[in-house]
Amino acid sequence: MSREAYQAPTMGGGNQNAFATDGAVSLEGPMVAYLCGECNSRVSLKRGDQIRCKECGHRVLYKERTKRMVQFEAR
Amino acid sequence: MAPLVPSQAELDRRRIVDINPETVSNIPSTDFPGHWPGESHEWSLDKFREGFNVDFHNNEQFESSFSLVGLDASIANAFRRILMAEVPSVAIEYVFVHNNTSVIQDEVLASRLGLIPFKGSVEGINWMRWFKKPTDDDPESGSTPSDYNTIVLRLDIECTKNPNAAPNEDDPRKLYKNAHIYAKDITFHPVGRQEQFFIGEDAIQPVNPDILVAKLRPGQKIDMELHCVKGIGADHAKFSPVATATYRLMPDIQILRPIIGDDAKKFAKCFPHGVIGLEPVTRQEAAKKGSGYEGHEGETKAVVRDPFNDTVSRECLRHEEFQGKVKLGRVRDHFIFNVESTGQFDSDTLFLESVKVLKLKCARWKRGLMDLTR
Repeated sequence: MSREAYQAPTMGGGNQNAFATDGAVSLEGPMVAYLCGECNSRVSLKRGDQIRCKECGHRVLYKERTKRMVQFEAR
Repeated sequence: MAPLVPSQAELDRRRIVDINPETVSNIPSTDFPGHWPGESHEWSLDKFREGFNVDFHNNEQFESSFSLVGLDASIANAFRRILMAEVPSVAIEYVFVHNNTSVIQDEVLASRLGLIPFKGSVEGINWMRWFKKPTDDDPESGSTPSDYNTIVLRLDIECTKNPNAAPNEDDPRKLYKNAHIYAKDITFHPVGRQEQFFIGEDAIQPVNPDILVAKLRPGQKIDMELHCVKGIGADHAKFSPVATATYRLMPDIQILRPIIGDDAKKFAKCFPHGVIGLEPVTRQEAAKKGSGYEGHEGETKAVVRDPFNDTVSRECLRHEEFQGKVKLGRVRDHFIFNVESTGQFDSDTLFLESVKVLKLKCARWKRGLMDLTR
């Protein structure tokens, strides 16, 4: 199977998701921002989108750092 | 029976710690009751006052050197230890990281920030109270951050490309904006009564604005809130208000028999510059029988000029020609302190702070004794 032909298992499979509470939300999904591993541009993807940078076509994307506050002791 | 009074020569001898080629002798002090039979060494405030002397050698804002003469090593050492470990100062203690995409890890950056010395209104710092840490047993026991126990600083910075940089520029500081994060990028945000104490020049700020904290590249950012609290050096070295607080004993050099001519020049070379002087032998000295100077009028002789600067290297004790002619020692009750402040307080007030802390400790001990007798 060629790389291009690969289909992510969650894609296009209708509504077999265990988390699916109502159809509309699970199909759309929230937008999540990623960073391209090649050109460092921000790529917003939602569920089902092809994992590919919109600028350069690179296929490695990184998740952004958590927005959650972390506490440290300065010692 | 009246107490015996030792001769001045004997008292002088007792005051010197002997430094021999391989050993140090006559180390402990003996001026306490019961050591010398028949002599009174009772401690009295008047006697202490008479013998005690403070002499400043240099007194710059952040570094001072002074002599304390006429007190026991235990007291001098107490001052030194209190200076390092028990005079309070403020430092960053809690770091709340909202975002940090730099290559330096959160915890490493936090520990770097903790070590930056800060300064601010001395009055304000003295007004601040302790921040009580919660214990493992009782997580609710800690104090809540308030204007009187926590200083809020922020470090919120992002690195961007500099559009005005020359095309062949390769210095990241010019190529990018905020490529280097320095201590001066930390901003102070006063709360409540802190606005009255820490204003203008007295605002909380790093003593050395050019301490490099982190390095960024375009797109990386740091956003963190830093909480400073008051603490003591015994808890963590970052709270220590001194960079160094040391003392040494005053060196003592005694030339027992004359050192003349080329020997005198060689003798002077055994010591740091200026410690040993060279003078011509005078006619009177040469005329004096048994002085060792007979027939040497006009030749150079070695004299002790400034033992203060001696390092007591014992170099002179290695040479055959000076055997038995010189005696090295240190004055047991002459402490030459050197106090270097990290910048929060002036170095001379730091010593007074240590005196204050020792006084408080004594008062507490006295109260404890009173409770025991009750």
